[in-house]
Formats: sequence, structure tokens, C-alpha cells
Amino acid sequence: MRGTDFISELEASIEGSLVGRDLEAVDPWLEIAADKILETCRWLKESCEIRFDGLQCITAIDWFEPDPKKASKVKWEPHTEVVYHLWSTKARASLVLKVKLPRWQGNEPGKLPELSSVVSVWRGADWHEREVFDLSGVQFNGHPDLRRILCPEDWEGYPLRKDYEMPLEYHGMRGR
Amino acid sequence: MVQTLDEDQRIIEFDVRTDEMLVNMGPQHPSTHGVLRLVLRTDGEIVSELEPHIGYLHRCAEKIGENLTARQWIPYTDRMDYLAAMNMNLGWSLAVEKLLRYQVSEKARHLRVLIVELNRIASHLVGMGAYGLDLGTFSPFLYAFREREKILDLYEEVCGARLTYSYITVGGMTADLPPGWLQRCEAFLDQFEPIIQEYHTLLTTNAIFVKRTATIGVLSPEMAIDYGCTGPVLRGSGVDIDLRRDGESIYTAMYDGYAFEVAVMKNGHYPRDHKYPAVPKDAVLGDCWHRFFVRMLEVVQSMDLVRQSIDRYSQCKGALGEPLKLAEKLPAGDTYLETECPKGQMGFYLVTDGTPIPWRVRARSSSFSNLAVSPELCRGCLIADVPAVVGSLDVVMGEIDR
Amino acid sequence: MAEFLIETIGLPTWFAWTAVAGLSAFLILNVIAGGALVFIWAERKIAARIQDRLGPTRTGGRFGWLQSLADGIKLLAKEDLMPDGADALLFRLAPYVSFCASFCAFIALPFAFDTVGQRLNVGVFFVVAVLGLEVFGVILAGYASASKWSLFGAMREAAQVVSYEVPLGMCVVVPVMLAGSMDLVTIGEKQAGWAVNWFIFHDPFTFVIFWVYCTCAIASVNRAPFDLAEAESELVAGFHTEYSGLRWSFFFMAEYGSMFLVSALAAILFLGGWNGPVPVSELLGFSDGVAATAPFALRFIGCMNLFLKATAGVLLMMWIRWTLPRLRIDQVMTTCLKYCTPIAAAMFLGVMLWQLFLPGGLVPGSFRAAAGVREGWLEQSYRKESAEDESLSLKKLSRHISEVSR
Repeated sequence: MRGTDFISELEASIEGSLVGRDLEAVDPWLEIAADKILETCRWLKESCEIRFDGLQCITAIDWFEPDPKKASKVKWEPHTEVVYHLWSTKARASLVLKVKLPRWQGNEPGKLPELSSVVSVWRGADWHEREVFDLSGVQFNGHPDLRRILCPEDWEGYPLRKDYEMPLEYHGMRGR
Repeated sequence: MVQTLDEDQRIIEFDVRTDEMLVNMGPQHPSTHGVLRLVLRTDGEIVSELEPHIGYLHRCAEKIGENLTARQWIPYTDRMDYLAAMNMNLGWSLAVEKLLRYQVSEKARHLRVLIVELNRIASHLVGMGAYGLDLGTFSPFLYAFREREKILDLYEEVCGARLTYSYITVGGMTADLPPGWLQRCEAFLDQFEPIIQEYHTLLTTNAIFVKRTATIGVLSPEMAIDYGCTGPVLRGSGVDIDLRRDGESIYTAMYDGYAFEVAVMKNGHYPRDHKYPAVPKDAVLGDCWHRFFVRMLEVVQSMDLVRQSIDRYSQCKGALGEPLKLAEKLPAGDTYLETECPKGQMGFYLVTDGTPIPWRVRARSSSFSNLAVSPELCRGCLIADVPAVVGSLDVVMGEIDR
Repeated sequence: MAEFLIETIGLPTWFAWTAVAGLSAFLILNVIAGGALVFIWAERKIAARIQDRLGPTRTGGRFGWLQSLADGIKLLAKEDLMPDGADALLFRLAPYVSFCASFCAFIALPFAFDTVGQRLNVGVFFVVAVLGLEVFGVILAGYASASKWSLFGAMREAAQVVSYEVPLGMCVVVPVMLAGSMDLVTIGEKQAGWAVNWFIFHDPFTFVIFWVYCTCAIASVNRAPFDLAEAESELVAGFHTEYSGLRWSFFFMAEYGSMFLVSALAAILFLGGWNGPVPVSELLGFSDGVAATAPFALRFIGCMNLFLKATAGVLLMMWIRWTLPRLRIDQVMTTCLKYCTPIAAAMFLGVMLWQLFLPGGLVPGSFRAAAGVREGWLEQSYRKESAEDESLSLKKLSRHISEVSR
């Protein structure tokens, strides 16, 4: 990421979107409020001077420690983090956006955390969001066709969550 | 989202319309490059809608990565793009090195260029041969494999493996080159160079091949960027991006001092196109032919880079250096790095919490994004064009499903 | 031969005819089956050589010459599968229909001037028509397999073969016009003598139309680059996707049989048939032209000539198959309707005008001297036949044409 001018512009354009930042990290990142992500992404693609016209990757990280012994030592609260890697063809620059979500919506196990889909901004987000939904369990609102993509459609659970357990049996096949 | 038949201009109109038929192409099908399943909605021979279904080769590589140290995960990267495993090794190694802020020795740098560029040739050879197969000609496939076999022989000498190498690793290489290897590699390049013309005769300039690929599956630059297409697919649409030149500094530093020209059409010309067949009249920028031709040019480009790296490597004094410990402690943080692999930009994202075992590993595969654009390219084409379009994207299922 | 059995041995007429027919059928079947074995082996070896490989090397000692036989035994031993949804009767019937069409066409195909299963005065018509029936087997197979890929293959085949019958027919009519007969034996005999007498060298138009014929013939027997009905990269295996074992091998034999047939037809129509490029027999003095006195060796040489030419045609098809990519269905149709048909029509017209204004052709008389040496035999057999059934109007017509052209 070259140049940081656009960050203040972003703050001015979309109020309350930027909730945190770390510009000293190996990959500097901005933290965006969960309800502003679609707006922010659209602004970054269409209005920002460095047009971030490409979406490289969407990742969800499950910050959760299933082991109670270790869990008492960790410094963070359990949450799910969605990371967007953007790319600008014009500036040959990339940008990292992070969004913090609860692990379950309203701390109600089984209710997926919700986030606005960015498919309307980058069409390439389609499959990436499906993969995040499939493996990490994040509900993308406004996605045209949110289905499992890598796992079978009747698969249960979200394999990349830390508390996921492989099913004992799947259609008569032994799982463990 | 999906346009109906009547709206799309590209669909050939017929007076008689019959009932639509759903056809499953794959997962067991000769031309889907592995276990890809394409569901075609067809009206006679015309495909009105195509939907790829993936996941038949899902091996949970990312989950496995959360249980292994960074170096232990190297063999799993091999199995992503198994046709260009060296490039996968390099991508992951560089991502970890970026997090560690580690720099490999000068000798290892040149050796890495040598190895990955040779692998790019091998990968494009398979891509080219398999594309011929998709269009119904078998012989170029075997011509391509004949040459690839020699590259694999060279690799076998280097690391003992022919497909899944695990040769490039975090902090350097697992071993140095065996004696006399560079001469054998040069001999291969000398012998291989004239053969490229043969490929051009058989495929690139063949009248039927041009008829089957030109103006088929035209991908506009805007759509390519919008879908996150990368590599030869993006350059075939005329977008001048190659991470070896435009990427992050840790990656471009590897190619520091190397002379190469990005294989992309500028002002209606490809670099050094006087040496290679002219672009046929029918071909439109962004169609299957251009994607194919970019790969063919990259073979030549990689050969050049290999020659340069042989010179540099042999001039390098000093030791190659040892790779990092198997369980090297990783500082807490996260990093993402994309490298230019034969199929496109392969990204590795790594989140660590201070232990040797990463907290989260993510592989962003190029074929994944490249394949995502196929429903757009295949709308309104004929059934015979589906293998032509999907083949020109040159996808590897190991990388898509991970 | 039937006359010989009836008159000399004294067998009942029906039995004699049945025996002769059975013998001919047996011989032809062997030509097809044996030919298929040889050609499949040859295709493997040729493909291998084209692709820088060795091909089969071990089965049967050297060169893998027993490979096809081993394959045949493997196919016999294979489980015979039929999809659940298949139409059982049609599914079983289809390979035989295909094979029979290919086989029947051989009946009227002369291998040498009187070595023919059944000499027909409308031989060309018969061969082309019966060969066209092969498409029925393919359509049945595609329809009965209850597989979408098979159905696609069958539809493509139907569209393609029906379209290519048109230019193929036009190409075939040209030698008929030049010879003045639809009888394949007469057409072949008309080209006796030096190679310049071959119809391909008759005039520039025939030379062009020969290549049009080649294109159409490859298309009508479904060989690459026109093998859309079984395009393996698109339709898995097309119409025979669901076939296995012996039934599949019948399709295979039919394909190789047809390949050989169209090549032999090309040889007879354009390349002098059983006549070598040099009229050896005439130069040696066997010029009285009576069939009974023509030694067995002459027939044998004639057969060999034809086999050689037909094999060359088959090898050409193999060469093309292993070199070119496959066309798309619309391009196949374009080739037929926009190129082959108009060119064939124009050439047909050209040949007609040429015959009108330059009936003698460009060939010097000295080379033509040897032509028509066996006319005597031809005339004789004609007279005999026409005495038998003078009522056949078609025969009259063909005689009329031949007289006019003479």
C-alpha cells in the first residue's frame, strides 16, 4: 500500500467506517465497521483516487480457542474476522480490510454472523464469499446465490471453525 | 444476475426453439481437466447457461495447514497446482519469509528463478498439449509431454521427485544442484528452442485451430479484472500485469536484474512478435487464441529467464545457505503474498499467533478466479466451444479445490 | 460360378445360387474383419510414429502385429453392459444395422475386373445408397442408449451425413458421366491403360473434384476432423458412449469397413481401380481381353492394385486424423454447404462442358491406345446379361449412355 492520503478521505466520505488501523504491520490494514463494508468497498472501487478495481481474496479467520486451558491465556475475545485483500490495477497496489464479526449472531450458537455481500462491487467476490460461507460460516446478505461450494450441499458444520468436529458418518462413509 | 436468452446479443437466434436440456459435463469427462463438473443448459447445440460445480478434489489443505508448521505444509502446496509445484512451493516459502523478514542468499535467489521458470515451461507445455486435446487433436499433447518429460528428468535429479517436489522451502532450498546439472539443463534448452516452432505449426497457425479459438470466449479487460482473473488469462485480454514486475518487493527482488518483457499485446503487437506467427485476422483480443498465444510466448520468455539465471547462478560465489528449522517460531501477525504462477496469481495468506504453527492458512488460487468467469464466457456458445473456453483458462482442479 | 455348379456338377439351381452367395458373403466378411484387424493395428502404429512413440511392440513377437487380435479377444471377454433406461431391442440392433450397411456395400464393390460379389449395373448408386444407411445404426444407438451424450452424437451424425450425401453424390456422378455407366466394373475398365487414363487426370475439373470427394468421404465415414458424432473431448464418446464389448467392436468394424469402402470407391472412380499405372498385362500381350483367358495372376494383380490404392486412402485418413484438430458442428456444415456443394456443382458443370467441347481430352492418342482392351469381354458379358433381362429399363439407359459417350 503506497500513500495513505486516501485513508483520511475515506474517513471523511463515509463516517464511522474506519474503526481501527495498523499501518506498521507487515501488511498494513484498516479495520472497517461491519455495517459499512459494502459502502466502503464501493467507495474504494469507484470514488477513491487509487481505484481498487480488483478483489484478490476474502478470508475468514475464526479466533476461538476450543481448549479451555489455553483459552484462559489468550488475549483476544472469541470472534470471527473477515479479511478482504484488494488490488488496484492502476497503482499496482494492494490494500487489506478487516471486519470483526461475532462468532454467532447475537451469541446464539447456530445463527451465522451476517455481513453485506460485495458481489455488486466485484463480481469475483461471488465464489470467494461462497467459500467463506461454506468453510467458515459467514452469512453474506445480498449474495445472489449463497450455497456451499467446496463441501457437498448437505454437509453440516463449518470445517474451518476451530471448534468443528468431523462428523462420524456421512452417507454411510466413516468420517473419523 | 443471469440474463435470459432473449436479452443476450451473443446468442445466435433460431426460428425453431426446442425444449432445453440439462447436461452434466463431468465430473468424469475427458475434457474437464480433472474432476470439474459443468452443468450445461442447452438448446440443441447451443449452451444457454453453464454452471461449474467444484469441490470434488477438496482435501482440506487449509485446515491441515492449521496443524502443521510452515515448513511441514510445503508438501501440501505441491498438491495444489501439481503441474507447477515448484511455483507453489515458492509462493508459500516467500509468504513465510515475508512474515519473518528473512532474505535468502544470492545464490538461492538465482537458483529459485531457474527452478520456477523451468517449471513454468513444463506447466505451459501441459496447458498447450491439453488444449490441443480439448480441440480434438491428440498429437501435440504427446509432443508437449515429450519435452516436459525432459524437464521432469532434470527435476528428478535435483530433488528425487517428478511431480510433487517440495524442493523450494522456507529459507532456501532443500539441496543444491547435482554436478553437471547446469550443462544438462542448457543442453535441454538448446534442443527445445527449435521445437517451439513445431508447436506453432501444429496449433497456433493451424487453420482449424484458429477457426476453433478465434473470437470464441472473448473476455473483456474490465470483466477480467472484475472477476479477479490473473495470469495468462488477464494478459490475454491485453491487461499489462505481471507480478514478476509489478508485485511486492520481496517477490520482484527475486527477479532483480533479469531482463524480460511481459507477454502482453501492446499497440497491436506482442513483444518480439516478428519471430513468431502473426496474429490471425479473425482473432480478437481476449479470445481463446490470445490466451493460448500468451502462454506460448511465456514459454519463450521463461527459457530466456532460465538462461539468464544459469549464468548468474554459476557466477555466484558463496554458499547456498541452509533452510530454516522445521519448526521455526513465527512472529505473531499476518501477511499475504501473491506470486506469478503459470496459471495466474497464487496468493498465500498466513495468520500467526507466535507459535511455529500458523493460526490460519489461506490459499487464494488463480484457477479458482479464472474458472469463475467461465459462465460468462460460455453463455450462448456451442457445446463444442465449452471445452475450448474452459481449456483456454487452463485450470487445475487441485488448485481450485485445494 | 453358379452356372458352373448348375451345368457341370448338376446341383439344384436354388442350392447353387445360395452356395455362391454364401461363399461371396464369407469372403467379403473376411475382407472387412481381416481388414479391420490390419487397419486398427496400422492406425496404432501410424499414430504412434506420428506422435514420436513406438506403439504396440510386443504382442505377437515383433511389431505387435497380434495386438488387434488380442484386443478382439479382450472385447469378447468384456462384460456386456446396457444402461437401465435403454431401449433393449434397438440398443442391441443398432451395431448390427451399422455393420450390415457397411458390409452390404461391399457386395457390389469390384476388387478386380470380374472379382465382384454381385455385379450391378447401378453399382455406384447401390454402394453410395447402402453406405448412407450406416447412419441409421448410429441414430438408433444414440436414441436407444438413453444417454444425452449419445443423443447429441446421433443428432450430429444425422445432420452431417445427410448433408454430405449431396456433394458426395455430385462427386460420384462425374465418373459416371465420363464412363457412361453406373456399373463400377465398366467405370474401372474405362480407365485401363496408362495412368493418364485415370479419371482424376481426365481434366482439371476431375482433379479438383477428386479432392472434394476425399473431403466428403472423410466426413461421411465420420473420421477426424469430421468425427463429431464421437467427439471425445465434447461428447465423451458420442453415440457409442454406452456400448462395450463386442457390440462396440461392431461399430468399430463398421467404421473401418466404411473407411476402406470409400477409399476403394475413390480408387475405382478416380484412380483407375484395379488398373496399375502401367498397363503391364497389355504390354505382355494378354490383349485379347476375354475373361476366360485372363490368367488368375492378372486378377490377383488387379486385386492388389485396388487394395494398394484403397489402403493408401485409408492411410491418408489416418494421417489427417492424427494431425488436425476437430471442426465444430457449424463449421462442418459450412464446409459442406458453402464449399463442397458449390465446388462440386461447378466442377460437374465444368466436366460436362469439357466432354462437350473436348471429348477426346488432352491425352495424346499413343497413351490412349491401350485403353479399352478388355472391352471385348465387357461387351460379351453385357450381351449375355441383357439377353437374360432385356426388360430392365435402367440397364437400357446405361447402355444407351455408354453408347452415346462412345
